[in-house]
Amino acid sequence: MTPALACHAVTRTFGALRAVDAVDLAVRPGARHALIGPNGAGKTTLFRLITGLLRVSDGQVELGGRDITRLSEVRRARLGIGQTLQHASLFGSMTAAENVALAVRRQGTVSPVPRRERATWARVDELLALVGLADRGGAAAARLSHGERKQLEVALALACRPSVLLMDEPAAGMSTAERARLVDLMRGLPESVTVLFVEHDLDLVFDLATGVTVLSLGRVLLTGTPDQVRASTEVREAYLGAARDEPLWR
Amino acid sequence: MLSWLDANLVSILNGVAIGFLLFILAIGLSLIFGMMDVLNLAHGALFLLGAYLAWAIAGGDPSWGGFLLAIAVAALVGLASGGVLAVAVEPLRRRGHLDQALLTLGVALVAAELLALLFGRDVRGIDPPPGLDRGVVVLGDQYPVYRLALIGVGLVLAVVAHLVVERTTVGSLIRATVADRDMVSAIGVAQHRVRFAVLGLGSLMAAVAGVLGGPIYGARPGLDATVLILALVVVVIGGLGSVRGALVAALLIGQIESLGRAVLADAASFILFGALAIVLILWPQGLFARQGAR
Amino acid sequence: MKGWSAGAPAVVLLAAAPLFLAPYATTTLTRMLVFALLVASLDLLVGFAGLPSLGHAAYFGVGAYAAAWFTKNVTTTGPVPLVALAAGAVAAAATGWVAVRTHGVFFLMLTLAIGEIVAQAAETWESVTGGSNGLYGVPATRIGGAPLDVAGVYWYVLAAFLLGFVALWLVSRSPFGAALRGIRDNEPRMRALGYATRWYKYAAFVIAGGMAGMAGGLLAAQQRLVTPADLGFTTAALALLAVIIGGAGSLWGPCLGAALVIVVRDVVGPDIDGHGPLLLGLVFILVVYLLPRGAAGIRVGVRR
Repeated sequence: MTPALACHAVTRTFGALRAVDAVDLAVRPGARHALIGPNGAGKTTLFRLITGLLRVSDGQVELGGRDITRLSEVRRARLGIGQTLQHASLFGSMTAAENVALAVRRQGTVSPVPRRERATWARVDELLALVGLADRGGAAAARLSHGERKQLEVALALACRPSVLLMDEPAAGMSTAERARLVDLMRGLPESVTVLFVEHDLDLVFDLATGVTVLSLGRVLLTGTPDQVRASTEVREAYLGAARDEPLWR
Repeated sequence: MLSWLDANLVSILNGVAIGFLLFILAIGLSLIFGMMDVLNLAHGALFLLGAYLAWAIAGGDPSWGGFLLAIAVAALVGLASGGVLAVAVEPLRRRGHLDQALLTLGVALVAAELLALLFGRDVRGIDPPPGLDRGVVVLGDQYPVYRLALIGVGLVLAVVAHLVVERTTVGSLIRATVADRDMVSAIGVAQHRVRFAVLGLGSLMAAVAGVLGGPIYGARPGLDATVLILALVVVVIGGLGSVRGALVAALLIGQIESLGRAVLADAASFILFGALAIVLILWPQGLFARQGAR
Repeated sequence: MKGWSAGAPAVVLLAAAPLFLAPYATTTLTRMLVFALLVASLDLLVGFAGLPSLGHAAYFGVGAYAAAWFTKNVTTTGPVPLVALAAGAVAAAATGWVAVRTHGVFFLMLTLAIGEIVAQAAETWESVTGGSNGLYGVPATRIGGAPLDVAGVYWYVLAAFLLGFVALWLVSRSPFGAALRGIRDNEPRMRALGYATRWYKYAAFVIAGGMAGMAGGLLAAQQRLVTPADLGFTTAALALLAVIIGGAGSLWGPCLGAALVIVVRDVVGPDIDGHGPLLLGLVFILVVYLLPRGAAGIRVGVRR
């Protein structure tokens, strides 16, 4: 089966630093694939290479079998790459509903004349309900709690009907209750969406992931099922050894 | 070709002299812009201030003493003005670019008007110091010695600026800040002192450039805006934080301003924009931008 | 639609104004409307797209020169402001492509440079623009064969202003306008959503340039004279000031700001004997320090 997302020997250098070094990755459709590794392992850089915010120095990125290495971030987004960012970054002067509406409208051509606005707002309500913000549509995005903003991020990403959704530390900074809601939300994502996520919270990773890739110093240390990764002494040494001082379980 | 060169030699030399003057002015602007991310629209007013100082101190009775004194006074006044600007910009640091630009714009308007009140609205001519007020024959054409001297001074300053930026500790700090402002603040360089120094030094160079430009441009209302725009274009074309870029761009703009106006009077403004547009489309960061600079 | 309840009486009042105002006051009101259209078009850039242009007067001037030239050389009847609109839009299209590629301070610098270069071109391109004398002796606009009187010019300008304002208002309330606000708030996020933001900014730049051009056409009809000062930096700075004191991002607020600026310039200005720039400079300094959220202070929208 063609992977939903594939990286072939993807490399990115900054001067002498090889931030991402010949990374191979294949995520099958419908997977919930986690990317873990100590800080500085190159996880965020790899994300940016996949979304197109950064250009690869070498290697290839494929979306559903199509080479997207040379395409701009905008083109890739339109082809089906969605993302939620680590620091929930929304449109601060707008309401939650208006935020989602921006993402919904992107699906069609945005015309200067209001068309299909009724359908747009219906879809907005649907998405807000899906991420558990049904009653918060009128609230200003800037006034939402941290957890609510992350939920809104997911609504924005889903509005674009992505085939692959990249989530950068979705649980970072969340309270226990917020985190529980997020797990439910991620479990409830439609099968048609393939998810690749970076997460430091290993409980959450082993809870949700169908596959795990461990990065260390820009290289792939291991790819396998959560059980294989949990059992690997190599991973335990590299990951826990490098990250002993970090709060892994927030 | 040779006859064309002969006919336009004076214009070309003028362009070189204007270019070096713009270089001195633009280096300060580029420094403030690159290090503080502030568009200092008062930079032209400081140039004009320098020109008026030259006229007030050395205008009536040209002497080397008067000219050097004018440079010294302009340097001090420029430094002090830069300090005042730094204090004024400080509370706006967390605001947008527009706020800082509007503040310096307000300062520029007030300063220009005060200068007009103090020195009148007439064009004030300034004579070069003795010995430099003659002409010499260059390839058969009479050419003012002062402008040749200015070219020399500009060359020396360009070499000095290049050495400072590329070879000294201060220079490495400048380069690092232009490339990544956040990183430099993270390694704990005393930021407010750097800002004072940058605005002070940049303003000093603008005021001194005004004195040096006095014998060419004189001093008159409106000169501040003219030189400001030319310096802005130089910074945009040259790229942030690059001495070489500023020099190349300044010499290019000098030629457009002098030779362009002499040969194609009607079209010079369009050539200026054309050059700006072509450079920005081909090299969005300017001709010689540093890696990572924006 | 609460805009209508405030808007309709305002329009009625504006339409009736020449009936009970002295001609001089009517002329001042005409000037306000001309300037308000320029300011509203600038607000589309500053308040909605987050593109603070320091050179917007350039397109105003291009429109004014185009309209003056057209009126002198082609026809005094017909919708000359549309020619001005087209000229402003074309000028914005030619220069904006470079401007919207830049960000932050670079955008400020570049728009300032574009504005000054256009103003310089107006000074030096004598065969077309009349140089520093400007284009004078522009014939009065004729509608139905007769030249317009003071009140006629006012109504003509008012009609064009209303058309332009409504057009800008519709653009700002459309999905396109929402996308512009998204770009203003968070351009990287918009790109991540798949919006080709540069095209949106370019479109906003051209629309605003066109509207500024139309305002310039109205200026030519009202003043019957266009000089390089009309597209100079002072005009651009005054327009920006009006946007800021009126509140960027509301369209009608900046129009009130425009009226205030014209009152100060035309009524108070002569009393301070040509030291307008001094006053303007002081106002800029004060405004920057006094506005709590800064010049681009954007209200948090709670509209749906």
